[in-house]
Amino acid sequence: MDVELNRAVMAVITREQRKTAGGAPIFHVESDEEMTRVAGNLARILDGIVHDLENGVWIVVRH
Amino acid sequence: MDPSRFFEYLAFRFGDFDPSRYTVTVVVGVFGGLVARAFMMRIDYRQFPGYPHGRVIQLALGLVAAFLGALAIPALVAREFTAVTFLALAAQQFREVRGVERETLARLDEIELVARGPHYVEGIARVIEARNYLTIGTALLVSGVTWFTHWIGGVAALGAAIVAMDKLMEGRTIGDIARLRIGCIRFQGPHLYVDDIHIMNLGLPENQEVWKGKGRGVIIEPLDAQARSVLASTGQRQAIAHDVSVLVGTRKDFSAAELTPLARRDPDSGRIGFAIVPENGDEKLLLKAVSRVPVLEAAQSSPFPGG
Repeated sequence: MDVELNRAVMAVITREQRKTAGGAPIFHVESDEEMTRVAGNLARILDGIVHDLENGVWIVVRH
Repeated sequence: MDPSRFFEYLAFRFGDFDPSRYTVTVVVGVFGGLVARAFMMRIDYRQFPGYPHGRVIQLALGLVAAFLGALAIPALVAREFTAVTFLALAAQQFREVRGVERETLARLDEIELVARGPHYVEGIARVIEARNYLTIGTALLVSGVTWFTHWIGGVAALGAAIVAMDKLMEGRTIGDIARLRIGCIRFQGPHLYVDDIHIMNLGLPENQEVWKGKGRGVIIEPLDAQARSVLASTGQRQAIAHDVSVLVGTRKDFSAAELTPLARRDPDSGRIGFAIVPENGDEKLLLKAVSRVPVLEAAQSSPFPGG
């Protein structure tokens, strides 16, 4: 159910290496196009949803 | 055993035994209970999975319940007072039915794309248990009236019982407690909104395009304080998401969690923004589907008026 606290960050996708460290697997990408493609693939593979943190970092979260 | 010997035995046992009167009473009582159970089944098609077999199970249990109810009056008349204690056994039995029903639904819910949620499951299990008691009650009433009047009286009592059940057992729906209207699906950055109610954050442009093209939103506005608290219940909102995605379909799949129908609340006004990507984009159907969702017993509470 969507109201329980069982969400987890499965992956982090970013172009800006400075902003990410540790925790979940981090995927560095070169372009917006690659970012969209990688995030889409990861979301499909991990059954997660891509969320935009609005600072150039996207995360894939399983809810 | 030779039937005539059996009736002789009964006549010996009960003196002025009139077998036809007992037979008519029990038969009409059982018939009444079964008809009542079948009638109640008409209402619950959406709540019950496993169509034909589910019906057989419920009718079979209904038959047992009808027998228990129909036998009570003849047993009392025959001064078999201990026989009435089997009603207690019946209560035990049907409480188990509720447990079984709950277990089945909860297990199905585990891999349901849009789960019913525990509130809804509990509500359905409770309704099924209650319907068995109503069956017992109807059979008791019908057989009682039949015993003291005539089977025509019994059938009339059955009619009255069904009309009363139809009126009394008809729970309220979302359409009764709230005003519904279509809301506008829009994005502000990665944030999905229905009108001004935030639903979720979606990063991928392709997901946003799907929502913009095929997504539909409904604003559910509670009519009073009680309706507000019903709509605040997470179980109630999950039930809305489940029922509506059953009725108008959902494009969600295991690998498309971003298309999950969600109902989010605006804490200031108590309004609910409901967003779904339906199979069928007809907005009238969507509003109809939302308005038909039952108000769950478990979601009910009575806050201070105006609170």
